Formats: sequence, C-alpha cells, structure tokens
Amino acid sequence: MKTKMTAAAKRRLVKSVLLHAGLLLFAAGCVYPLLRILSVSLRPGDKLVSTDLSLIPAGATLLSYSKLLGDTMFLRWLWNSLLITLATSFIGVSLASTAAYAFSRFRFPGKKAGMILLLSSQMIPAGMLILPLFLMIMKLKLMNTYLGMIIAYSVSSLPFSIWILKGYYDTIPRSLEEAALVDGTSQVGAFWRIILPLSTPALSIAFLFNFTTAWNEYLVARVVLFSSKQYTWTLGLFELQGQYITQWGMFAAGSMLVTIPVLCVFLYSSKWLISGLTLGSVKG
Amino acid sequence: MATVQFKKIVKRFGDNLVLNGVDVEIQDHEFVVIVGPSGCGKTTLLRMLAGLEEISDGEIFIDKLLVNELHPSKREIAMVFQDYALYPHMTVEENMNFALRLRKLPRAEIASRVAEASNILQLNKFLKRMPKQLSGGQRQRVAIGRAIVRKPKVFLFDEPLSNLDAKLREEMRVEIAKLYQRLNATILYVTHDQVEAMTLAGRIVIMNHGIVQQVGSPIEVYRKPVNLFVAGFIGSPTMNFVPGRLTVKDGTAIFSSEHLSLPVPAFVLPQKEALEGREVVLGIRPDDVLVERPGGEKCSGRIDGVLEVCELLGHRENLYLKVGGQRLLATVEAFFNRSPGSAVGLCFNYRNMHVFDKATERRISE
Ligand SMILES: Nc1ncnc2c1ncn2[C@@H]1O[C@H](COP(=O)(O)OP(=O)(O)OP(=O)(O)O)[C@@H](O)[C@H]1O
Ligand SMILES: [Mg+2]
Repeated sequence: MKTKMTAAAKRRLVKSVLLHAGLLLFAAGCVYPLLRILSVSLRPGDKLVSTDLSLIPAGATLLSYSKLLGDTMFLRWLWNSLLITLATSFIGVSLASTAAYAFSRFRFPGKKAGMILLLSSQMIPAGMLILPLFLMIMKLKLMNTYLGMIIAYSVSSLPFSIWILKGYYDTIPRSLEEAALVDGTSQVGAFWRIILPLSTPALSIAFLFNFTTAWNEYLVARVVLFSSKQYTWTLGLFELQGQYITQWGMFAAGSMLVTIPVLCVFLYSSKWLISGLTLGSVKG
Repeated sequence: MATVQFKKIVKRFGDNLVLNGVDVEIQDHEFVVIVGPSGCGKTTLLRMLAGLEEISDGEIFIDKLLVNELHPSKREIAMVFQDYALYPHMTVEENMNFALRLRKLPRAEIASRVAEASNILQLNKFLKRMPKQLSGGQRQRVAIGRAIVRKPKVFLFDEPLSNLDAKLREEMRVEIAKLYQRLNATILYVTHDQVEAMTLAGRIVIMNHGIVQQVGSPIEVYRKPVNLFVAGFIGSPTMNFVPGRLTVKDGTAIFSSEHLSLPVPAFVLPQKEALEGREVVLGIRPDDVLVERPGGEKCSGRIDGVLEVCELLGHRENLYLKVGGQRLLATVEAFFNRSPGSAVGLCFNYRNMHVFDKATERRISE
C-alpha cells in the first residue's frame, strides 16, 4: 500500500516537474525578446548587435532614455496615444455595451443578419479598410485630428466588442431584469443597475481589447495623421528610423516605455475579470 | 391592498393560444391560489398582471384602474419569481431595500422596513451575505423579503416552494400562511402542490389549457368539482372514475357499467333532465369507497371485489381493488389485515358520489 502511494506521488511529482519545465520554457521564450530590448536600451552607443549577452551591459547608461525624452517629441506622442486610446476604449465600450444589449434582449427585424454582418466585417483584413476609412475621414474633414482617429478606432473594434458582450449578456437570466422592472426601475435603469454591474468581466475584456488594439495601431494612424505633433507613439518611433540613421538605443528605450501603460491597465483590470458573479442569483 | 380583475384575458405566442378568455375577480385581502397542470398558462397570467408580458386581448384592472399599458414599475406589485431572481451583486440587505432605494424613501424608513421583514423571515444573520452564500431556503426567504418590504398592492408568488425539500416546504408554507394573516394582503399564488393549494387558499382557481375550469373555495372545488378535469385534478389520491350508462327503472336511476351496477338515489342525481340511456362517468374518491364496513342508509349496496395490492402509508392504507375488470382505489384506516387476492365487500358513500356527463364532461349530480 505504502509503496503504491509513493509511486503515485512520484508520478505526480514527475508530471508537475515536466509541466513546470514546459511553462518556464514558454515564459522564457516570451520574456527573452523583451529583455534583449531592455539591454539594448541600456547599451552605450547605438549598438544593436553585440557579442555581449549580459542583461545589464557593461557601462549601462540611461542616455538613450534621456535623449528620447529630451530631444524628440516622444512625450507628446505618448500623450497623443494615451488620449486617443482612452477615448477610443471608453467610447467603444459604451457603444458596444448598449448595442449588445439590444442584440441580446430585444427582438427586431434584421437582428440575426446584423450579428452575422458584424462577424463578417471582422473577416475583412484590416488593410482593406484603410482606403474607405481614409475617404470617410477626409469627407468628415477630420484628417490629422484626434477625433478622426478616435472615430476610426472605436468603430473598427466595435463588432468584436459587441459579440463578446452579447454572448455574456445572454448568460444573465432575464428574470433578474424583470425583477428590477417590477421593483420599479425603467428598462434603462435595469440595464444600468443590474446588467452592467454583472457584466464587468466582459466589459473589461472589451476594454482591454479596445485599449491594446488602439494603443498598438499603426496603419490607420499612418494614413490619418501627417504632422509629427499629432503623431501617436507608433508613428513617432518609426520616425526615429528615418530621421536619424536608426537610433536603436532610443528605439529600444521607447519600446520599453510604451509597455508601461499597457501593463498598468492589465494589472488594474485583472481584478474586474473575476467571473462567476451571477452564481447564486437563481435557484438550482 | 387592492382588488384585481382579469377580463376575458387572451394570450397568444405566435399561433399558440396560451390563455383563452380568463375571467377572474380577486377581492381585496384575498389569497387566491392558481393551480393547473404544467404549461396551462399560470406563469403567463401572473406575468401579464405584473406587466412583463403583453396582453393579446382583454383587460386587467388593479384597483379599478386599467393597467394594460402601464409599465411594470408603476403597478405597485411585488413578484416572487419561480427562480428567485436575487440580484447576485448585491447583499441580502441591498436586495431587500433595492426597491425602496429606487423610490428614495428616507433612510430611517428603509432601515425599519428591512429590519421588520428580516425579523419576520429570520434573515437578520444573513443581511450582509451575498445570495450565492445562502442555501435554497434562505434565498427563497430573501425573495419573499424583497417583496414584503415594498408593501405592494398585490403579491404574486410563482411556485415559490417548488424547489425546497419536503420539510422546508412545510415550514415555509406555514410561514406564508402566518405572513398572510399578518400582512392581510392581496395574494396570487401559483402552485402544483395540492396541500399548498388546499391549506393556503381562500379561493382556488383551477386552469387547464388556458381556460379557467372552476373558481371556488378549497372545500367547494373538492366537494363539488364542476367537471371531470377538476374532479381528477383536485384531491390526492385521484378520484376513481367509472364510465357507464344510466337507465331509469320505476322512477329510480340505475347506473350500470360492464362490471358493476348500482342505483343512484335522487339526492345524488335529481331527475331534472332526461337520464335514460345517458352515457356518464361516476366519480368516487378513494376515501368514499368503504371496504368491509357497514355502509348505512346513504351508501350503496355491497359490491364484491378482489384485493390486489395494499400500500401502507402509516395511518392510512391504499387498497387497490378490482371489481370485475374495473380497478378501484380505496383509502382506509391502517391496518387492513387481508392478503392480496382475497375477496372483499365494498360500498360507495353516496353522499360524496359525483356523476359527470361523458360527452360534455360536466357535472350533472347535485
Ligand atoms: N415566451 C414564450 N414564447 C412562446 N411560448 C411561450 C412563452 N412563454 C410560455 N410559452 C408557452 O405558454 C404556455 C404556458 O406557459 P406557462 O409558463 O404560463 O405555464 P405554467 O402554467 O406556468 O407551467 P408550469 O407549471 O410548468 O410553470 C406553455 O405551453 C409555453 O410553452
Ligand atoms: Mg410556471
């Protein structure tokens, strides 16, 4: 009996060691490029390639960072990006949350077709949408403006957000809203006080999706924005490539800095991602 | 507190006619229980009163006010849902005072109403818990609490006890009866449970296929079911039905079927209409099939039967009998010491015998 137990325990141990080894390998694979960029950003001189493999290179310096912040409009670009991204995320999520509610709860002609249309719009490669977007924004006279960018971004991530949210709303029992109606709220009140608080996991996923896509977007920005004062950081960093003879140190420093907001947003929203809030509302 | 009137209520889901002309009037302070088989439209009727379902045709009045187009939030009705529908992101207390907060009542008033309700329902210990941290019975009490703090005009209960175990159900049934006496409210209560219906109701509404079959006090619908459906639906175990034909001989009606034949006295079946040759169904409850007992004057003569199976329930015993090919169920005092297969003598208690027309299924006896 005892030997059997230890055999089972051994097998469990081996399994867990193998599992963790695999996970560590993947984690290392993911983190390695980031670490390389970190080390490039700290390197003195503009050496991209070096035989030195240490994480903190000899003679590490923050010169690239100070040059980036001092000599370029990097802070301005970060600010532009942040403004556009936050506005996009809030507008995108608010539009999606209400649209998804309609798709989930109301019956209207064209509901099914609408959902399919939304899905199929996601199948068109982003590059193909550039031209129509460009034309629309030009017609709206919003070229080279924040508003133009915000409209372009929030609209393009809308279908995905709507699908996510509709799927989530569908799992919330209708009787909760009905109870709220009988308790004295309007339909809008029921949505606001019952559905939205219960949907925080899906709302934060939609928010994160909006945030990361808008934050990292390049193509649309390239087309809409043309003065470097209005640039987002993606455009700005590539500017470094052309303007000087690719300043790898500053490029790497910029790459490190732009991950910080994303990191913060992810860490903050993780607490909203707890699922299972609807448990215990109805019997059974 | 209020009166409720349903006038010729019709509900269609597409082509599916779910309610077909429901006409019921409910008095102030009345406890009305709606019973009927699954799918007969009970929930739909409650939801229409609450304003959660459109009314295809007909009118609903609350306190003489036509509410057909009134938004649910304006109807001053509280509903306890079939699945309790507690707000999962709110504590028990927040669940209970949600409606009061919406109405912006003064804080002290809210606190005192919640305290009162949680005292009645013994929820004091759970006020700070979330619904998922409660047992089924506790959730159910919260659902009731959420309704009573509002002091609504009408309470709607949709099978509130159906998911509780037998013991808890019994406790809660008594609680609801006490609550009713205390609140003196107008209550509409849907249930499948015979005992709940018989014990709680001031009046019972029996529905089938979206049509109200009978409305009456529990004892009325039990003693004088208006048709075969009500007779079979109310009472447990179910009434025995014996199909047969009437003949009239020397001024006395005689019921005869393939397997048995007995006179039907005039106090059961007054000969107002032509009875000769009429196809009928005789109904007799298991309690009124007397086995091996002298019947007395208001009983039928001796009928010979064979005992097939006995079921001991404790203080009562179910006897499955056969008279010729006709099966009958009798319920007698325990213990009936006979072995299956033995011959027994039985008789029908005329005082509680029912006669229904076979074609129309309507009651024709007194
Ligand atoms: N939204 C709906 N769409 C279509 N048909 C419906 C809808 N809701 C209910 N029905 C139908 O209406 C009929 C009555 O339903 P209802 O829920 O009122 O029954 P019930 O008497 O409450 O049954 P139960 O005792 O099982 O709860 C059923 O046949 C059901 O299929
Ligand atoms: Mg129902």
